[in-house]
Amino acid sequence: MSTLRLELTRAGAIAWKDLTTERRTKATFNSVAFLAALMLILFGFALGPDAEALRGAAAGVLWLTVLFSGVLAFNHSYQLELEGGALETLLLYPGDRRAIFLGKLAANLVFVVLVLLLVVPMAAVLFNLPLLRPFPGLAAVFALGTFGFVTLGTFYAAMASRVRAREVLLPLLLFPMLVPLLVGAVGATRALLAGDAMGDAGAWMRLLGAFDLIFFVASLLAFEYIVED
Amino acid sequence: MSTTAPPSNPVPTADASGSIGAELGPPAGWVGWLGLGALLFFLAAQAVGVLISPPDRDMGHLQKIMYVHVPAAWTAFVAFGVVFLASIIYLWKRSERADLVAASAAEVGTVLTGLTLALGSIWGKPTWGVWWTWDPRLTSTAILFVIFAGYLALRSFVEDPDRRARWCAAVGILGALNVPIVYMSVQWWRTLHQLQSSPATVDAPYALGLRLNAFAFLFIFLYLLARRYRAAKVERVIEVRRERRALEGE
Repeated sequence: MSTLRLELTRAGAIAWKDLTTERRTKATFNSVAFLAALMLILFGFALGPDAEALRGAAAGVLWLTVLFSGVLAFNHSYQLELEGGALETLLLYPGDRRAIFLGKLAANLVFVVLVLLLVVPMAAVLFNLPLLRPFPGLAAVFALGTFGFVTLGTFYAAMASRVRAREVLLPLLLFPMLVPLLVGAVGATRALLAGDAMGDAGAWMRLLGAFDLIFFVASLLAFEYIVED
Repeated sequence: MSTTAPPSNPVPTADASGSIGAELGPPAGWVGWLGLGALLFFLAAQAVGVLISPPDRDMGHLQKIMYVHVPAAWTAFVAFGVVFLASIIYLWKRSERADLVAASAAEVGTVLTGLTLALGSIWGKPTWGVWWTWDPRLTSTAILFVIFAGYLALRSFVEDPDRRARWCAAVGILGALNVPIVYMSVQWWRTLHQLQSSPATVDAPYALGLRLNAFAFLFIFLYLLARRYRAAKVERVIEVRRERRALEGE
Protein backbone atom coordinates (compact mmCIF):
# COMPACT_ATOMS: atom_id res chain seq x y z
CA MET A 1 0.00 0.00 0.00
CA SER A 2 2.73 2.42 0.95
CA THR A 3 4.76 1.58 -2.17
CA LEU A 4 1.71 2.32 -4.28
CA ARG A 5 1.26 5.62 -2.50
CA LEU A 6 4.94 6.40 -2.99
CA GLU A 7 4.62 5.66 -6.69
CA LEU A 8 1.58 7.89 -7.01
CA THR A 9 3.41 10.68 -5.17
CA ARG A 10 6.25 10.38 -7.67
CA ALA A 11 3.81 10.41 -10.58
CA GLY A 12 2.13 13.46 -9.07
CA ALA A 13 5.45 15.27 -8.75
CA ILE A 14 6.25 14.63 -12.41
CA ALA A 15 2.80 15.77 -13.52
CA TRP A 16 3.11 18.90 -11.37
CA LYS A 17 6.53 19.69 -12.83
CA ASP A 18 5.24 19.32 -16.41
CA LEU A 19 2.17 21.40 -15.75
CA THR A 20 4.18 24.12 -14.02
CA THR A 21 6.52 24.37 -17.02
CA GLU A 22 3.54 24.60 -19.33
CA ARG A 23 1.75 27.12 -17.15
CA ARG A 24 4.77 29.40 -17.08
CA THR A 25 5.48 29.33 -20.81
CA LYS A 26 2.00 28.55 -22.19
CA ALA A 27 3.78 28.09 -25.51
CA THR A 28 2.29 24.74 -26.46
CA PHE A 29 -1.15 25.25 -25.02
CA ASN A 30 -1.77 28.53 -26.77
CA SER A 31 -0.75 27.24 -30.18
CA VAL A 32 -2.57 23.90 -29.81
CA ALA A 33 -5.78 25.58 -28.60
CA PHE A 34 -5.60 28.08 -31.43
CA LEU A 35 -5.02 25.32 -33.97
CA ALA A 36 -8.00 23.38 -32.61
CA ALA A 37 -10.26 26.42 -32.96
CA LEU A 38 -8.94 27.00 -36.46
CA MET A 39 -9.62 23.39 -37.44
CA LEU A 40 -13.25 23.63 -36.33
CA ILE A 41 -13.70 26.65 -38.59
CA LEU A 42 -11.91 24.95 -41.50
CA PHE A 43 -14.09 21.85 -41.14
CA GLY A 44 -17.09 24.15 -41.23
CA PHE A 45 -15.93 25.62 -44.55
CA ALA A 46 -15.05 22.21 -45.98
CA LEU A 47 -18.42 20.68 -45.11
CA GLY A 48 -20.43 23.54 -46.54
CA PRO A 49 -22.98 25.98 -45.20
CA ASP A 50 -25.89 23.54 -44.89
CA ALA A 51 -26.69 23.66 -41.17
CA GLU A 52 -28.27 20.19 -41.08
CA ALA A 53 -25.30 18.55 -42.78
CA LEU A 54 -22.93 20.34 -40.40
CA ARG A 55 -24.81 19.13 -37.37
CA GLY A 56 -24.79 15.57 -38.72
CA ALA A 57 -21.02 15.67 -39.17
CA ALA A 58 -20.34 17.49 -35.90
CA ALA A 59 -19.45 14.41 -33.80
CA GLY A 60 -16.82 13.31 -36.29
CA VAL A 61 -15.48 16.84 -36.75
CA LEU A 62 -15.18 17.32 -33.00
CA TRP A 63 -13.24 14.11 -32.41
CA LEU A 64 -10.93 14.59 -35.39
CA THR A 65 -10.16 18.09 -34.13
CA VAL A 66 -9.31 16.70 -30.69
CA LEU A 67 -7.11 13.97 -32.18
CA PHE A 68 -5.26 16.17 -34.66
CA SER A 69 -4.58 18.97 -32.21
CA GLY A 70 -3.93 16.81 -29.15
CA VAL A 71 -1.30 14.76 -30.95
CA LEU A 72 0.92 17.85 -31.05
CA ALA A 73 1.13 17.93 -27.26
CA PHE A 74 2.52 14.44 -26.63
CA ASN A 75 5.93 14.74 -28.28
CA HIS A 76 6.36 18.07 -26.59
CA SER A 77 6.07 16.56 -23.13
CA TYR A 78 9.18 14.44 -23.75
CA GLN A 79 10.86 17.03 -25.94
CA LEU A 80 11.34 19.34 -22.98
CA GLU A 81 13.06 16.58 -21.01
CA LEU A 82 15.30 15.66 -23.92
CA GLU A 83 16.38 19.20 -24.64
CA GLY A 84 17.37 19.73 -21.04
CA GLY A 85 19.05 16.32 -20.85
CA ALA A 86 16.63 15.66 -18.01
CA LEU A 87 15.21 12.32 -19.15
CA GLU A 88 18.38 10.48 -18.12
CA THR A 89 18.19 12.06 -14.68
CA LEU A 90 14.54 11.17 -14.39
CA LEU A 91 15.38 7.57 -15.28
CA LEU A 92 18.18 7.47 -12.72
CA TYR A 93 15.90 8.32 -9.82
CA PRO A 94 15.15 5.29 -7.66
CA GLY A 95 11.76 3.68 -7.90
CA ASP A 96 9.58 2.30 -10.63
CA ARG A 97 9.68 3.85 -14.10
CA ARG A 98 5.93 3.41 -14.27
CA ALA A 99 5.70 6.57 -12.19
CA ILE A 100 7.21 8.53 -15.10
CA PHE A 101 4.54 7.18 -17.44
CA LEU A 102 1.73 7.88 -14.99
CA GLY A 103 3.00 11.40 -14.34
CA LYS A 104 3.31 12.25 -18.03
CA LEU A 105 -0.09 10.68 -18.63
CA ALA A 106 -1.69 12.83 -15.93
CA ALA A 107 -0.10 16.02 -17.24
CA ASN A 108 -1.16 15.24 -20.82
CA LEU A 109 -4.67 14.45 -19.62
CA VAL A 110 -4.95 17.86 -17.99
CA PHE A 111 -3.64 19.44 -21.17
CA VAL A 112 -6.11 17.69 -23.49
CA VAL A 113 -9.02 18.28 -21.11
CA LEU A 114 -8.23 22.00 -21.16
CA VAL A 115 -8.23 21.91 -24.97
CA LEU A 116 -11.60 20.10 -24.84
CA LEU A 117 -13.05 22.74 -22.52
CA LEU A 118 -12.34 25.23 -25.25
CA VAL A 119 -13.18 23.14 -28.32
CA VAL A 120 -16.47 21.55 -27.22
CA PRO A 121 -18.34 24.78 -26.37
CA MET A 122 -16.95 26.36 -29.51
CA ALA A 123 -18.21 23.45 -31.61
CA ALA A 124 -21.58 23.72 -29.89
CA VAL A 125 -21.81 27.34 -31.00
CA LEU A 126 -20.46 26.84 -34.53
CA PHE A 127 -22.47 23.72 -35.33
CA ASN A 128 -25.51 24.54 -33.22
CA LEU A 129 -25.32 21.45 -30.99
CA PRO A 130 -27.61 20.73 -28.04
CA LEU A 131 -24.94 20.13 -25.39
CA LEU A 132 -26.86 20.60 -22.18
CA ARG A 133 -29.54 17.94 -22.41
CA PRO A 134 -27.22 14.94 -22.94
CA PHE A 135 -24.48 16.52 -20.81
CA PRO A 136 -23.76 13.72 -18.26
CA GLY A 137 -23.50 11.10 -21.04
CA LEU A 138 -21.34 13.36 -23.20
CA ALA A 139 -19.02 14.06 -20.30
CA ALA A 140 -18.57 10.31 -19.78
CA VAL A 141 -17.89 9.74 -23.49
CA PHE A 142 -15.31 12.53 -23.56
CA ALA A 143 -13.68 11.21 -20.39
CA LEU A 144 -13.37 7.68 -21.79
CA GLY A 145 -12.27 8.80 -25.25
CA THR A 146 -9.72 11.26 -23.92
CA PHE A 147 -8.25 8.75 -21.48
CA GLY A 148 -7.63 6.14 -24.19
CA PHE A 149 -6.27 8.74 -26.60
CA VAL A 150 -3.88 10.25 -24.05
CA THR A 151 -2.73 6.82 -22.78
CA LEU A 152 -1.63 5.63 -26.21
CA GLY A 153 -0.36 9.10 -27.17
CA THR A 154 1.86 9.28 -24.09
CA PHE A 155 3.11 5.76 -24.73
CA TYR A 156 3.97 6.17 -28.41
CA ALA A 157 5.46 9.63 -27.88
CA ALA A 158 8.00 8.10 -25.48
CA MET A 159 9.44 6.45 -28.59
CA ALA A 160 8.58 8.87 -31.36
CA SER A 161 10.02 11.92 -29.54
CA ARG A 162 13.45 10.31 -29.58
CA VAL A 163 13.83 9.71 -33.33
CA ARG A 164 14.59 11.98 -36.25
CA ALA A 165 11.19 12.16 -37.93
CA ARG A 166 9.16 12.57 -34.73
CA GLU A 167 6.45 14.82 -36.19
CA VAL A 168 5.56 12.21 -38.81
CA LEU A 169 6.24 9.08 -36.84
CA LEU A 170 3.90 9.76 -33.92
CA PRO A 171 0.68 10.12 -35.96
CA LEU A 172 1.81 7.24 -38.17
CA LEU A 173 2.05 4.93 -35.15
CA LEU A 174 -0.78 6.40 -33.10
CA PHE A 175 -3.69 7.03 -35.46
CA PRO A 176 -4.11 3.48 -36.83
CA MET A 177 -4.21 2.24 -33.24
CA LEU A 178 -6.92 4.77 -32.40
CA VAL A 179 -9.45 3.56 -35.00
CA PRO A 180 -11.62 1.63 -32.49
CA LEU A 181 -11.52 4.63 -30.16
CA LEU A 182 -12.52 7.03 -32.93
CA VAL A 183 -15.32 4.76 -34.10
CA GLY A 184 -16.63 4.30 -30.55
CA ALA A 185 -16.30 7.92 -29.47
CA VAL A 186 -17.92 9.32 -32.62
CA GLY A 187 -20.68 6.70 -32.45
CA ALA A 188 -21.49 7.51 -28.83
CA THR A 189 -21.27 11.28 -29.32
CA ARG A 190 -23.49 11.19 -32.40
CA ALA A 191 -26.05 8.98 -30.65
CA LEU A 192 -26.17 11.27 -27.60
CA LEU A 193 -26.45 14.45 -29.68
CA ALA A 194 -29.38 12.91 -31.54
CA GLY A 195 -31.17 12.06 -28.29
CA ASP A 196 -29.99 8.40 -28.12
CA ALA A 197 -33.42 7.02 -28.97
CA MET A 198 -31.96 3.62 -29.84
CA GLY A 199 -29.82 3.35 -26.71
CA ASP A 200 -26.64 2.93 -28.81
CA ALA A 201 -24.43 5.14 -26.67
CA GLY A 202 -24.09 2.58 -23.89
CA ALA A 203 -22.69 -0.08 -26.23
CA TRP A 204 -20.16 2.35 -27.69
CA MET A 205 -19.13 3.42 -24.21
CA ARG A 206 -18.51 -0.18 -23.21
CA LEU A 207 -16.26 -0.51 -26.26
CA LEU A 208 -14.38 2.64 -25.18
CA GLY A 209 -14.08 1.33 -21.63
CA ALA A 210 -12.65 -2.00 -22.80
CA PHE A 211 -10.23 -0.23 -25.16
CA ASP A 212 -9.04 2.06 -22.36
CA LEU A 213 -8.53 -0.78 -19.91
CA ILE A 214 -6.65 -3.05 -22.33
CA PHE A 215 -4.29 -0.37 -23.58
CA PHE A 216 -3.76 1.26 -20.19
CA VAL A 217 -2.55 -2.06 -18.77
CA ALA A 218 -0.56 -2.92 -21.91
CA SER A 219 1.24 0.43 -22.11
CA LEU A 220 1.90 0.51 -18.38
CA LEU A 221 3.57 -2.92 -18.64
CA ALA A 222 5.44 -2.13 -21.86
CA PHE A 223 6.68 1.31 -20.75
CA GLU A 224 9.51 -0.27 -18.70
CA TYR A 225 10.91 -1.79 -21.86
CA ILE A 226 10.84 1.32 -24.00
CA VAL A 227 12.59 3.65 -21.57
CA GLU A 228 15.34 1.37 -20.29
CA ASP A 229 18.58 2.68 -21.75
CA MET B 1 25.69 -9.73 -32.19
CA SER B 2 27.80 -12.76 -31.55
CA THR B 3 24.89 -14.71 -30.08
CA THR B 4 23.48 -15.40 -33.54
CA ALA B 5 26.79 -16.21 -35.23
CA PRO B 6 27.10 -19.91 -36.07
CA PRO B 7 29.39 -22.03 -33.89
CA SER B 8 31.99 -22.25 -36.66
CA ASN B 9 32.74 -18.57 -36.13
CA PRO B 10 31.59 -17.55 -32.65
CA VAL B 11 33.52 -14.29 -32.46
CA PRO B 12 32.99 -11.75 -35.26
CA THR B 13 36.20 -11.28 -37.20
CA ALA B 14 38.26 -8.37 -36.05
CA ASP B 15 38.94 -6.99 -39.52
CA ALA B 16 35.79 -5.49 -40.95
CA SER B 17 36.60 -6.34 -44.52
CA GLY B 18 36.04 -10.12 -44.55
CA SER B 19 33.15 -11.48 -46.56
CA ILE B 20 29.82 -11.35 -44.75
CA GLY B 21 28.98 -14.77 -46.12
CA ALA B 22 32.05 -16.13 -44.37
CA GLU B 23 31.07 -14.49 -41.10
CA LEU B 24 27.48 -15.77 -41.18
CA GLY B 25 28.21 -19.15 -42.70
CA PRO B 26 26.55 -20.38 -45.89
CA PRO B 27 22.77 -20.03 -46.12
CA ALA B 28 20.96 -23.19 -45.08
CA GLY B 29 20.51 -25.58 -48.01
CA TRP B 30 16.86 -26.28 -47.24
CA VAL B 31 15.82 -22.70 -47.97
CA GLY B 32 16.40 -23.07 -51.71
CA TRP B 33 14.52 -26.36 -51.79
CA LEU B 34 11.69 -24.83 -49.79
CA GLY B 35 11.44 -22.04 -52.36
CA LEU B 36 11.36 -24.48 -55.27
CA GLY B 37 8.81 -26.66 -53.47
CA ALA B 38 6.62 -23.65 -52.66
CA LEU B 39 6.71 -22.51 -56.30
CA LEU B 40 5.78 -25.95 -57.64
CA PHE B 41 3.05 -26.37 -55.03
CA PHE B 42 1.69 -22.93 -55.88
CA LEU B 43 1.60 -23.76 -59.61
CA ALA B 44 -0.11 -27.09 -58.92
CA ALA B 45 -2.69 -25.39 -56.68
CA GLN B 46 -3.46 -22.88 -59.44
CA ALA B 47 -3.77 -25.67 -61.95
CA VAL B 48 -6.34 -27.39 -59.74
CA GLY B 49 -8.12 -24.12 -59.05
CA VAL B 50 -8.25 -22.82 -62.61
CA LEU B 51 -8.56 -26.01 -64.63
CA ILE B 52 -10.36 -28.56 -62.49
CA SER B 53 -12.89 -26.66 -60.41
CA PRO B 54 -16.03 -25.58 -62.32
CA PRO B 55 -16.94 -21.90 -62.79
CA ASP B 56 -19.29 -20.53 -60.14
CA ARG B 57 -22.97 -20.30 -61.11
CA ASP B 58 -23.22 -16.56 -60.40
CA MET B 59 -19.68 -15.28 -60.57
CA GLY B 60 -18.23 -17.53 -63.29
CA HIS B 61 -14.45 -17.65 -63.43
CA LEU B 62 -14.23 -14.49 -61.39
CA GLN B 63 -14.76 -16.66 -58.32
CA LYS B 64 -11.27 -18.09 -58.81
CA ILE B 65 -9.76 -15.02 -57.21
CA MET B 66 -11.00 -16.54 -53.96
CA TYR B 67 -8.29 -19.20 -54.27
CA VAL B 68 -5.56 -16.62 -53.81
CA HIS B 69 -7.41 -13.85 -51.96
CA VAL B 70 -8.57 -15.92 -48.99
CA PRO B 71 -5.25 -17.78 -48.44
CA ALA B 72 -3.35 -14.48 -48.69
CA ALA B 73 -5.51 -13.10 -45.88
CA TRP B 74 -5.07 -16.24 -43.75
CA THR B 75 -1.32 -16.23 -44.22
CA ALA B 76 -1.12 -12.55 -43.33
CA PHE B 77 -2.82 -13.39 -40.03
CA VAL B 78 -0.31 -16.18 -39.46
CA ALA B 79 2.50 -13.69 -40.13
CA PHE B 80 1.15 -11.17 -37.58
CA GLY B 81 0.72 -14.01 -35.10
CA VAL B 82 4.43 -14.75 -35.60
CA VAL B 83 5.23 -11.05 -34.98
CA PHE B 84 3.22 -11.13 -31.74
CA LEU B 85 4.87 -14.30 -30.41
CA ALA B 86 8.39 -13.34 -31.50
CA SER B 87 7.95 -9.90 -29.88
CA ILE B 88 6.93 -11.46 -26.56
CA ILE B 89 9.85 -13.88 -26.78
CA TYR B 90 12.19 -10.98 -27.47
CA LEU B 91 11.12 -9.01 -24.40
CA TRP B 92 11.31 -12.15 -22.30
CA LYS B 93 14.58 -13.75 -23.50
CA ARG B 94 16.25 -10.78 -25.25
CA SER B 95 17.32 -12.98 -28.15
CA GLU B 96 18.29 -11.10 -31.27
CA ARG B 97 16.96 -14.01 -33.30
CA ALA B 98 13.40 -13.33 -32.05
CA ASP B 99 13.71 -9.66 -33.01
CA LEU B 100 14.87 -10.49 -36.53
CA VAL B 101 12.11 -13.08 -36.94
CA ALA B 102 9.52 -10.49 -35.85
CA ALA B 103 10.93 -7.94 -38.30
CA SER B 104 10.91 -10.45 -41.17
CA ALA B 105 7.39 -11.70 -40.42
CA ALA B 106 6.09 -8.12 -40.15
CA GLU B 107 7.47 -7.29 -43.57
CA VAL B 108 6.10 -10.41 -45.26
CA GLY B 109 2.78 -9.96 -43.43
CA THR B 110 2.45 -6.37 -44.62
CA VAL B 111 3.08 -7.44 -48.21
CA LEU B 112 0.48 -10.22 -47.90
CA THR B 113 -2.03 -7.77 -46.41
CA GLY B 114 -1.47 -5.42 -49.33
CA LEU B 115 -1.94 -8.35 -51.69
CA THR B 116 -5.18 -9.32 -49.94
CA LEU B 117 -6.52 -5.78 -50.37
CA ALA B 118 -5.49 -5.60 -54.02
CA LEU B 119 -6.98 -8.99 -54.90
CA GLY B 120 -10.15 -8.14 -53.00
CA SER B 121 -10.52 -4.90 -54.94
CA ILE B 122 -10.05 -6.67 -58.26
CA TRP B 123 -12.79 -9.09 -57.27
CA GLY B 124 -15.00 -6.39 -55.77
CA LYS B 125 -15.15 -4.12 -58.83
CA PRO B 126 -17.02 -6.57 -61.11
CA THR B 127 -18.97 -8.20 -58.25
CA TRP B 128 -20.05 -5.29 -56.09
CA GLY B 129 -19.52 -2.59 -58.73
CA VAL B 130 -17.01 -0.69 -56.60
CA TRP B 131 -13.27 -1.01 -55.92
CA TRP B 132 -13.75 -0.30 -52.27
CA THR B 133 -16.60 -0.46 -49.79
CA TRP B 134 -16.53 0.43 -46.12
CA ASP B 135 -17.25 -3.05 -44.97
CA PRO B 136 -15.78 -4.37 -41.69
CA ARG B 137 -13.47 -6.98 -43.11
CA LEU B 138 -12.04 -4.68 -45.77
CA THR B 139 -11.67 -1.80 -43.38
CA SER B 140 -10.02 -3.81 -40.64
CA THR B 141 -7.59 -5.31 -43.16
CA ALA B 142 -6.68 -1.79 -44.30
CA ILE B 143 -6.11 -0.73 -40.69
CA LEU B 144 -3.98 -3.81 -40.08
CA PHE B 145 -1.93 -2.75 -43.09
CA VAL B 146 -1.29 0.76 -41.72
CA ILE B 147 -0.58 -0.49 -38.19
CA PHE B 148 2.21 -2.71 -39.46
CA ALA B 149 3.38 -0.12 -41.99
CA GLY B 150 3.91 2.08 -38.91
CA TYR B 151 5.85 -0.76 -37.28
CA LEU B 152 8.14 -0.96 -40.32
CA ALA B 153 8.55 2.83 -40.36
CA LEU B 154 9.62 2.75 -36.70
CA ARG B 155 12.14 0.02 -37.51
CA SER B 156 13.71 2.13 -40.21
CA PHE B 157 13.87 5.28 -38.06
CA VAL B 158 15.68 3.85 -35.02
CA GLU B 159 19.39 3.23 -35.40
CA ASP B 160 20.39 1.67 -32.11
CA PRO B 161 19.72 -2.07 -32.59
CA ASP B 162 18.91 -2.82 -28.94
CA ARG B 163 16.52 0.10 -28.63
CA ARG B 164 14.97 -0.71 -32.01
CA ALA B 165 14.31 -4.29 -30.95
CA ARG B 166 12.68 -3.30 -27.65
CA TRP B 167 10.54 -0.54 -29.19
CA CYS B 168 9.41 -2.66 -32.10
CA ALA B 169 8.55 -5.56 -29.80
CA ALA B 170 6.32 -3.23 -27.75
CA VAL B 171 4.69 -1.76 -30.88
CA GLY B 172 4.23 -5.24 -32.38
CA ILE B 173 2.51 -6.54 -29.24
CA LEU B 174 0.18 -3.55 -28.93
CA GLY B 175 -0.60 -3.66 -32.64
CA ALA B 176 -1.48 -7.34 -32.53
CA LEU B 177 -3.62 -6.79 -29.39
CA ASN B 178 -5.57 -4.20 -31.33
CA VAL B 179 -6.48 -6.53 -34.21
CA PRO B 180 -9.55 -8.14 -32.57
CA ILE B 181 -10.67 -4.80 -31.12
CA VAL B 182 -10.43 -3.09 -34.51
CA TYR B 183 -12.35 -5.92 -36.10
CA MET B 184 -15.11 -5.84 -33.51
CA SER B 185 -15.47 -2.08 -33.56
CA VAL B 186 -15.65 -1.89 -37.33
CA GLN B 187 -18.15 -4.73 -37.40
CA TRP B 188 -20.47 -2.76 -35.16
CA TRP B 189 -19.89 0.22 -37.33
CA ARG B 190 -21.12 -1.41 -40.52
CA THR B 191 -21.47 -4.72 -42.30
CA LEU B 192 -21.75 -5.85 -45.93
CA HIS B 193 -19.05 -8.45 -46.67
CA GLN B 194 -20.29 -11.88 -47.58
CA LEU B 195 -19.72 -14.70 -45.11
CA GLN B 196 -16.10 -15.61 -44.68
CA SER B 197 -15.03 -18.34 -47.13
CA SER B 198 -13.50 -21.50 -45.73
CA PRO B 199 -13.38 -25.09 -47.00
CA ALA B 200 -16.47 -25.73 -44.86
CA THR B 201 -18.58 -23.00 -46.51
CA VAL B 202 -17.81 -23.83 -50.17
CA ASP B 203 -18.71 -26.86 -52.30
CA ALA B 204 -16.32 -29.79 -52.47
CA PRO B 205 -14.76 -28.95 -55.87
CA TYR B 206 -13.86 -25.48 -54.59
CA ALA B 207 -12.65 -26.70 -51.20
CA LEU B 208 -9.76 -28.65 -52.77
CA GLY B 209 -8.45 -25.58 -54.60
CA LEU B 210 -8.81 -23.47 -51.47
CA ARG B 211 -6.99 -26.01 -49.26
CA LEU B 212 -4.15 -26.50 -51.73
CA ASN B 213 -3.73 -22.74 -52.06
CA ALA B 214 -3.74 -22.28 -48.29
CA PHE B 215 -0.75 -24.62 -48.03
CA ALA B 216 0.92 -23.05 -51.07
CA PHE B 217 0.71 -19.63 -49.44
CA LEU B 218 1.98 -21.01 -46.15
CA PHE B 219 5.03 -22.47 -47.91
CA ILE B 220 5.64 -19.22 -49.77
CA PHE B 221 5.38 -17.37 -46.46
CA LEU B 222 7.93 -19.68 -44.82
CA TYR B 223 10.27 -19.30 -47.78
CA LEU B 224 10.04 -15.48 -47.77
CA LEU B 225 10.42 -15.47 -43.98
CA ALA B 226 13.60 -17.55 -44.20
CA ARG B 227 15.05 -15.31 -46.96
CA ARG B 228 14.13 -12.13 -45.16
CA TYR B 229 15.59 -13.45 -41.91
CA ARG B 230 18.88 -14.15 -43.67
CA ALA B 231 18.84 -10.63 -45.15
CA ALA B 232 18.12 -9.20 -41.68
CA LYS B 233 21.15 -11.04 -40.32
CA VAL B 234 23.33 -9.67 -43.10
CA GLU B 235 22.07 -6.16 -42.32
CA ARG B 236 22.97 -6.66 -38.66
CA VAL B 237 26.51 -7.73 -39.58
CA ILE B 238 26.86 -4.60 -41.71
CA GLU B 239 25.59 -2.44 -38.85
CA VAL B 240 28.02 -3.99 -36.39
CA ARG B 241 30.90 -3.45 -38.81
CA ARG B 242 29.94 0.17 -39.48
CA GLU B 243 29.80 0.79 -35.76
CA ARG B 244 33.18 -0.84 -35.20
CA ARG B 245 34.74 1.13 -38.04
CA ALA B 246 33.31 4.36 -36.65
CA LEU B 247 34.75 3.54 -33.22
CA GLU B 248 38.16 2.82 -34.73
CA GLY B 249 38.00 6.26 -36.31
CA GLU B 250 38.69 5.25 -39.86
